[in-house]
Amino acid sequence: MNFEVMIDHFPRLLQGAVTTLELVVVSGIIGSLLALPIGLARHSHRVWLKAIPYAYIFFFRGTPLLVQIFLVYYGIAQFESIRESDLWPYLREPYWCAIIAFSLNTAAYTAEILRGALGNVPRGEVEAAKSIGMRKVQLYKRIMLPRALGMIMPAYGNEVILMLKGSALASTITLLDLTGMARTIIARTYTPIEIFLAAGVIYLLMSVVIIQLFKLLEERSNKHMQAAR
Amino acid sequence: MFDLRGFGDQLLEGATVTIELALASLVLGLILGVLAAMARLSDNKVAQKVANLYSTVIRGIPELLTVLIIYFGTATLIMAIARQFGYDEYIEIGPFTAGVIALGLTFGAYASEVLRGAIIAIPKGQREAGLSIGMSPLKIFWRITLPQVWRLALPGLGNLFLVLLKDTALVSVVGLHDIMMKTREAVSYSKEPFLFYSAAAFLYLSLTIVSMLFIHYMEKRSNRWGGQA
Repeated sequence: MNFEVMIDHFPRLLQGAVTTLELVVVSGIIGSLLALPIGLARHSHRVWLKAIPYAYIFFFRGTPLLVQIFLVYYGIAQFESIRESDLWPYLREPYWCAIIAFSLNTAAYTAEILRGALGNVPRGEVEAAKSIGMRKVQLYKRIMLPRALGMIMPAYGNEVILMLKGSALASTITLLDLTGMARTIIARTYTPIEIFLAAGVIYLLMSVVIIQLFKLLEERSNKHMQAAR
Repeated sequence: MFDLRGFGDQLLEGATVTIELALASLVLGLILGVLAAMARLSDNKVAQKVANLYSTVIRGIPELLTVLIIYFGTATLIMAIARQFGYDEYIEIGPFTAGVIALGLTFGAYASEVLRGAIIAIPKGQREAGLSIGMSPLKIFWRITLPQVWRLALPGLGNLFLVLLKDTALVSVVGLHDIMMKTREAVSYSKEPFLFYSAAAFLYLSLTIVSMLFIHYMEKRSNRWGGQA
């Protein structure tokens, strides 16, 4: 074991870790914004409104993330109309392709989590809201969504961890995230064990921080339950 | 449905490799999962610590990194050991073996959580009944606990298998000729990335659907006596 190599390249690995975090945060935000309408539509009782989100979620949960990234990065470029569009400068960049693929992917998982939570809001609370004359929008804004938000925290925390781990796939489309940085360093130093282990430790630390963060968030969003416990 | 330009057979060949990899990793993963679950529930403090460390580390680092560490690391490790015995040849483990080890380790770490929960859910009285008629602890585990654990753990393990199936795509990064690699070859000949990555997505989707149906059948079968644990 060559610890010197680990220490020498640690700053560059951290640089990669910053890119990893950036990918996770940006696609996490876009993904959850997308998940909101998808999850709400999935919760609907109307069959036609449920069908499209169902197909979307089924596709993104049933295929590997690697396929999804390649579909966006390599696949889209097949069409001339896209290569000539104004979006091409973005769609050409591996960074934005990774963001698009990760956002669409996490949106599917998050929407499914949200649907589960919406279905678990106690019936009595919904009926109480209706009985005092709340309209549908009010019901969702004031009762359903805040309640669901408190319930999804543990599951959403897991999803963020999965996203952190999935972000390693960005390295397959030449991005220099933590894994990508590790692979470029190894290509020069030929010390795979040392550098990959160092990267692994950084990933572990990031997961630990995320887990703690979500514990805090869960406590905060379930403040009203504390007296009951 | 698709005109695959004669690459259909290639993709199916890749699919058999993907299925073989998934099944081999499943077997290794189940063995590791049972061992880790037993270790976590044993009275041995060291065994508990080791099993906990294993599950935490594997679940905290990206699957892609695990695959890379095993692929590049194991060979170096074996070579280092072999050198101690005066064997100085270059040793390499193939992508398939590395994939089975890496995905098996991953599956085992998650499965140990599922299995632990299932073992705990079996009433203590049954174990005591076994002891009272003179069965050894190992016999109790083998004849009373494990057959019931199977039924309780099946839904969780089924989900993990679906994840495993998708993770097999990662092994293409170290050169396994699975669906992903065959698709990449087809793309480099035909210059039609969107077509072929969509075809790959549908292949994975059909594998997922078949697995889901099979898991559903197994769940029904394991509940055919309708018993409660």
